[in-house]
Amino acid sequence: MRRRHGPDLRPYLLIAPTVVGGALLLGYPLVRNLLISFQEYGMGELIRGGAGFVGFRNYRTVLADPEFWEVVRRTFWWTLVNVTLIMVIGTLVALMMQRLGRRMRILVTSGLVLAWASPVIATTTVFQWLFASRLGVVNWVLVRLGFESFEGYSWLADGPAAFTVLVLLVVWQSVPFAAITLHSALLTVPAELYESARLDGADGRRIFRSVTLPLLRPVFGLVLCLEVIWVFRCFAQIWAVTKGGPGEATTTLPVYAYRVAQSLHRYDLGAAVSTLTVLLLVAVLIAYFRQLLRQEAER
Amino acid sequence: MTPRALRRLPLNTAATLVFVLAVFPVYWMVLTAFRPTRDIQSETPRFLPGAVTLEHFRNAVAADGFWTFWRNSLLVTAGCVLLALLVALAAAFAVARLRWRGRRGFLLMVFLAQVAPWEALLIPMYVIARDADLLDRLATLSLIYFMITLPFTVVTLRSFLAGVPAELEEAAQVDGCTRAGAFRRVTLPLLAPGLLATSLFGFITAWNEFAFANMLIIKNQDDRTLPVWLSSFSNVFGTDWGATMAASTLFALPVLVLFLVLQGRVSAGMTGGAVKG
Repeated sequence: MRRRHGPDLRPYLLIAPTVVGGALLLGYPLVRNLLISFQEYGMGELIRGGAGFVGFRNYRTVLADPEFWEVVRRTFWWTLVNVTLIMVIGTLVALMMQRLGRRMRILVTSGLVLAWASPVIATTTVFQWLFASRLGVVNWVLVRLGFESFEGYSWLADGPAAFTVLVLLVVWQSVPFAAITLHSALLTVPAELYESARLDGADGRRIFRSVTLPLLRPVFGLVLCLEVIWVFRCFAQIWAVTKGGPGEATTTLPVYAYRVAQSLHRYDLGAAVSTLTVLLLVAVLIAYFRQLLRQEAER
Repeated sequence: MTPRALRRLPLNTAATLVFVLAVFPVYWMVLTAFRPTRDIQSETPRFLPGAVTLEHFRNAVAADGFWTFWRNSLLVTAGCVLLALLVALAAAFAVARLRWRGRRGFLLMVFLAQVAPWEALLIPMYVIARDADLLDRLATLSLIYFMITLPFTVVTLRSFLAGVPAELEEAAQVDGCTRAGAFRRVTLPLLAPGLLATSLFGFITAWNEFAFANMLIIKNQDDRTLPVWLSSFSNVFGTDWGATMAASTLFALPVLVLFLVLQGRVSAGMTGGAVKG
């Protein structure tokens, strides 16, 4: 149906807005971040311009700073705790949903969807109310359960306690996606497989290990990857609740990069931290995929 | 109790627990928003609804600039969604319907852009926006949200388009439509579920976005969006939890309503689109 000779230009015209948008709003900022991380870029350069290149100096400064390594350790700990809880609870809820009757399953699903659909900042605000030191429901319940020390306890004033509140918040926000996705993956396992496994005399745990788990593995891997990415890069919840505090107790890498750039006006160091954050995340994911491929090869 | 019900008891108890834990924060938000202050202040919380008041909603709405922030959020979100739909529809058409050199490479870039590290772009975005005199502007936010949602929109619309048989368009062309006319009259109506699904996604992303709105709107406080305003609730309402929860409820409401209204249709459309013609 070509109307004229020569290459057809229409497809290129159709994708042009996407390409231009991507180049200006995604490609350019990525390159600019890299450039800034190799420049001296503070308050003065931001106002006057004329930033000079300093090679790897910013990276050397960041990597030599013990505080950075403290933040890296905290970020890994944050990711590990959250993702483990999300995956374990998500899997358990999915397995539970599979065994529920129709009415109970609809009830649980709608509850999960409600939690999933709630805007992050709205529920972040609600959690601050739940954990409020005065009149907060959580403190009231804990005191009622016999933990008298939680009378008027101020969760956000203590490092580990603030960390716990944030973990609970992120886990609560993330479990619905994991549970619903894993449950719909479970639905694709044909009932005959369970049937025959049961006929062969396998018990519940054996069925889970030999039938459910292998079939679930691809979706499980996908959900795991997505959760690692989301939790590792989590910024809004942490910033809205604690701004990385008290002290540095909840400062993970994205929060740290933001703090360095905005409070200290060291955009160069902030950009270097951002770049290192992305590299670390990519390294984690590559390590995971290699592990996965090795496992597949051994099977 | 029948033996069957007894056997199911632990399972149903666990299910009820999951349901309560999932719903409670949202329930508590709405309950607090409607509860008179003296009930909120009571030392023993009551978990069931009692007296109802609209006082907190009046306070939240009367707060400085509430309607401005609502309008800002709506403008930014609508701009992002419309732009993303238009741009993505063109790209999705090119990818799903036309054959051209570089198509695979383009698709690969779109897939890659879906996992772009947006959190790492806060600082360069700030520097670029400052240089280009784009700080404190809602349009800047709209553009960034547009780019955040664009890759997903292209990928999703492409798979929806693939579900609409090209023969339908060809038949319309045989009947005398132009190619554009055939697309507009035949394919576009069939694409409605896909357009709904992607605009829902765009709406939720833009409505909720916090990091860029927090970074790029600094001096002109009137240009803030709802999430940033809500995150500083203690400056606005102090410890007035009733008003804070009313504000949260008003912020969450459009998303929850959209989710409920569109969910049925979208999932119906998803499965409809999955069946290849």
